Amino acid sequence: MTADRTTVEPMDCREFVEIVSDYIEAALAETERLRTEAHLAGCAGCRAYLDQMERTITILRRIADRDADVVAQRATLVERFRAWRDSRDTR
Amino acid sequence: MTMAIALELDQRSGRSFGGLGYPPNLPPARPTVPAPRHEGSLRESMSEAAIGAEDQLIARLRRGDEAAFVELVERHGPALLRVARMYCTESVAEEVVQETWIGVLNGLDRFEGRASLRTWIFRILANIARTRGEREHRQVPFSAFANPSADAEPAVDPDRFNPPGTEWANHWISHPRRWDELPEVVSESSETVAVARRAIDALPPAQRDVITLRDVEGWSSEEVCASLSLSAVNQRVLLHRARAKVRAALEQHLEMAR
Repeated sequence: MTADRTTVEPMDCREFVEIVSDYIEAALAETERLRTEAHLAGCAGCRAYLDQMERTITILRRIADRDADVVAQRATLVERFRAWRDSRDTR
Repeated sequence: MTMAIALELDQRSGRSFGGLGYPPNLPPARPTVPAPRHEGSLRESMSEAAIGAEDQLIARLRRGDEAAFVELVERHGPALLRVARMYCTESVAEEVVQETWIGVLNGLDRFEGRASLRTWIFRILANIARTRGEREHRQVPFSAFANPSADAEPAVDPDRFNPPGTEWANHWISHPRRWDELPEVVSESSETVAVARRAIDALPPAQRDVITLRDVEGWSSEEVCASLSLSAVNQRVLLHRARAKVRAALEQHLEMAR
C-alpha cells in the first residue's frame, strides 16, 4: 500500500458492518479494501459477520430455486404465440 | 452510468411496445442523439457464445419457431412472476406476466439487441406492472427516484458494540455466531428460506427491488442498474441496507432455532 500523507485510520467493527456488502461486491477502493482486510485479519467477530452475510446471499438464492415452478400459463401462451405467428404470416 | 441515460433508454423501450406511459413527465427522447453505448456494454459483458446463442434464439422466434418461444417462457417465466409480485397482487401478477409475453412478441421485430434479451423483457414487465400497480393503488416501487439516504438506519443495532469512549469502542461486545456451526438442516431449511422471503417483503420497495434482482435472481449489478434506472452507487446502498435487514432477520430466526 502506498503510504498516504495522512495515517490510515484502523477500521472498527461498526464501520465494517456498513461496508461489508461493498466488500463482497468488490466495490471498495484499494485503500479501503486493505483497511477492511487488515481489520478482518484481527477480528473474529467481523469474520463471523462476513460469513453470515455470505450465507444470507446463499439463502436468498434458494428462494429462486424453490420457486422454479413450472409455468402454468404455458398452454395459453403457446396459443398466443400461434395467434401472433399467424397474424405475421397474413401481414 | 448516469440516471439520465437510463431514463432515456427506459422511455425508448417503453414506446416500442405501445406507449405505456413510463416514466411519466419526462421530456421526449431526442432521436438525433446517437444511441448511448451503455446498453451495448450490457451485452458485451456476456460471452460471445452467449450472445451468439441469444441471437439465434431471437432469429428462431422471428421465424415463428414455437419451441424457441417455449424455451424462452420456461427460462424467464418463473423469474418474471416473482418480479411481478413485487408490484402487484398475486392474481394480477399472473396477468401482468401474460401481457409481458404478448408485449415481447409484439416488440420482437423492433428489438435491436442493444440490451440483453432478459433486460429487455424485464423492462417490458416493469412498465406493464407499474401501470397495473398504479391502477390497483398499490405502493409502487420507483427505484429510479428512491433516495437511499432517507433510510439511514445502522446495519447492526449500535447496542451490540462497545460505546464510544470505552476500551474497544465500536467493537463487538459479543461476537456474532458462526452459522457454519449450525446443522445444515437448520440453515438450509425451507423455514429459513421463508424467513428470508418474509424479510424481503417487509423491505422498503426500492430495497426490495434491488435485493430481489441481485440476490434472488442473481442478476449483475449492471443489469439491475439498467433495469431499475439506478446509479451504481445507489444500487449498492440499497443492496447494503436490504442485505443487512435480511441478515438480521435470519440471525434472529437462527438464534431461536439453536
